Amino acid sequence: MLKLTNLSVTAGNKQILHKINFEFEQDKVYAVMGPNGSGKSTLGYSIAGHPAYEVVNGSIVFNNEDITEEEPEKRAEKGIFLSFQSPLQISGVTVFQLLRLALEGKVDPLELKQRIERIAKELKIRDELLSRSLNEGASGGERKKLELLQAVVLDPKFLIFDEIDTGVDVDALKIIGQYIDKIKSGRSIVLITHYNRILKYINPDYVLVLANGRLVKVGERQLAHQIEEQGYESLDIKV
Amino acid sequence: MPDIQQEDIKFDYKYGFSVPARYVYKADKGLSEDVVATISSYKQEPAWMKEFRLKSLAVFQSKAMPGWGPDLSEIDFKSITYYAKPIDNQVKSWQDLPEEIKQTYDKIGVPQAERDFLAGVSAQFDSEVVYENMKKEIAKLGVIFCDMDTAVKKYPKIVKKYFGKLIPPADNKFAALNSAVWSGGSFVYVPEGVKVPMPLQAYFRINAEAFGQFERTLIIAEKGSFVHYVEGCTAPIYSTSSLHAAVVEIFVHPSARVRYTTVQNWSSNVYNLVTKRSRVEENAVMEWVDCNIGSKVTMKYPSCYLVGRGAKGEVLSIAYANENQIQDTGAKMIHLAPNTKSRVVSKSISRAGGRCSYRGLVNVNPGAYNSSVFVSCDALLLDDKSRTDTYPYMKIREQKGVEIQHEATVERIGEEKLFYLASRGIDKQAAEGLLVQGFVEPVAKEIPLEYAVELNRLLKVEMAGSVG
Repeated sequence: MLKLTNLSVTAGNKQILHKINFEFEQDKVYAVMGPNGSGKSTLGYSIAGHPAYEVVNGSIVFNNEDITEEEPEKRAEKGIFLSFQSPLQISGVTVFQLLRLALEGKVDPLELKQRIERIAKELKIRDELLSRSLNEGASGGERKKLELLQAVVLDPKFLIFDEIDTGVDVDALKIIGQYIDKIKSGRSIVLITHYNRILKYINPDYVLVLANGRLVKVGERQLAHQIEEQGYESLDIKV
Repeated sequence: MPDIQQEDIKFDYKYGFSVPARYVYKADKGLSEDVVATISSYKQEPAWMKEFRLKSLAVFQSKAMPGWGPDLSEIDFKSITYYAKPIDNQVKSWQDLPEEIKQTYDKIGVPQAERDFLAGVSAQFDSEVVYENMKKEIAKLGVIFCDMDTAVKKYPKIVKKYFGKLIPPADNKFAALNSAVWSGGSFVYVPEGVKVPMPLQAYFRINAEAFGQFERTLIIAEKGSFVHYVEGCTAPIYSTSSLHAAVVEIFVHPSARVRYTTVQNWSSNVYNLVTKRSRVEENAVMEWVDCNIGSKVTMKYPSCYLVGRGAKGEVLSIAYANENQIQDTGAKMIHLAPNTKSRVVSKSISRAGGRCSYRGLVNVNPGAYNSSVFVSCDALLLDDKSRTDTYPYMKIREQKGVEIQHEATVERIGEEKLFYLASRGIDKQAAEGLLVQGFVEPVAKEIPLEYAVELNRLLKVEMAGSVG
């Protein structure tokens, strides 16, 4: 599905990712963990095409197509979605208006509206949040739910959730986790996280550990438990 | 990024065409007593108006250019044509207009709008109103809607009572100029208790090159009445500058309400220097909705003189400054009575080196106790080349029960927001358009739907080519 080859990335002349090699596959769920500043978010940004992150070496290939130099909106069209760690507030623009523009010409507005309302109900998003400016007056959990809602409507193939479990209360976490688990089929899911708690609802096939911008370990579910219980130092990784 | 987009900008102004109009009369370039007297005699005006014009000319000549605000030194008063009469007689049916003039309004879509949602339409082509019509059922209510020239002759009593009383010629240099050479504009009279159910629209078109348009509008809303007046303006693109200097006076009698909406879309060679003022009496409401998208330089500060207890004034404005444009806009709120309320919401967008300034004056005079003032100005900058300034002046000379709120924000469309939208599949141009649309939404929602659609279209057009 998505293959990183020797991926090296800089931001403002500082190298953040070093020669990452990994292939994400369809119908698999990945947890990406690592200490603060290890490059987890940068990995998400690089795959989604954030202009502040420059790929200086290596490549990103999505469904056999090299997208290393592709504009972010083109990547989104091809099926890559990044859910933001801190979703931005967009004044005067509702989630419907945003999605209508994103899907212009591809979906009937009325149908889109109904789809948004249905998913909002399933995610237990308050009605008034749909008629307000996106993320305005929304709690941390609600913002993350609105990210997930957008993901579901846009129907991407490769989904990166950057700390969707941060700033989220237990009830919201459960809804979010179970929902991601429900939609995972046919997709590749990447959960960037510090904690195990979301993994209670969605079982990762693989756990990737980043440290100092390098992919230092890949393991199975158990690795996440080990990290939570014993810390990164227990992993015997060169940092 | 493709250069083609940049090129497209110049052609995106949909109304930049001109037609080879034949004028019945076109004054010589430049300004003199002769020109003023000729305009007056062409109009067969009463002596008092001719005198008013000549006095105003003297005021204009004696007054200096404004010592503040945008640079106006490029305006060459000697090379402007001050009066051009396109047809002999005004018509009541679009079909009766000369073909080229009719085409102009068809392209702009005025006849369509009239059929669909307006109570009346007036269309001014250069100096004269060439077409006007009002739905019969509105006329039956006693509403008067005609061009100002007709009003001078037909309703001299009312005109004399109000004309130039709120904005005397000596108010400022451009008000004096307008008073000397004014032509066209609207006269609206709404009798006591009458609520006009649909907007009245005036459409202003400059067609001639290096031309000056000086319409004069007077609106009188009697006790308890309501009217919504809408004006739109466009012009061809010429390499020379044109001048639009209008004067608008509005009298809002007790418990009446007037809403005045402007969608100003002059071409980028027009100096738009307009004086707009309202006198708001007891429990009356004046609302200015002022959208300035076009022009080279606009200076306009709609004002409300809140003279009656409980009077309320509101200015909602959107200004958009693109490359080489200056939008110097704002509001004046003068509280002269107790329990008066003013509210100013200003939204400005600057891009590609354009410059927006908010210039506002709020006066709360002694005795205007229990009054409240709310001013909010938000600026959006689309790039580092563009500029925004805020000049809020407040003179609060009454303390008792007076509430003042002032908020100002400057926001930049940053890479983060663009990336956020890009990650949802929205390209930069569409994203900027969406953000601008969202930014102006609080004001745009106050505009009738048909105009809001047009406004959004204009903003989209203006945004085209912003990818660079």
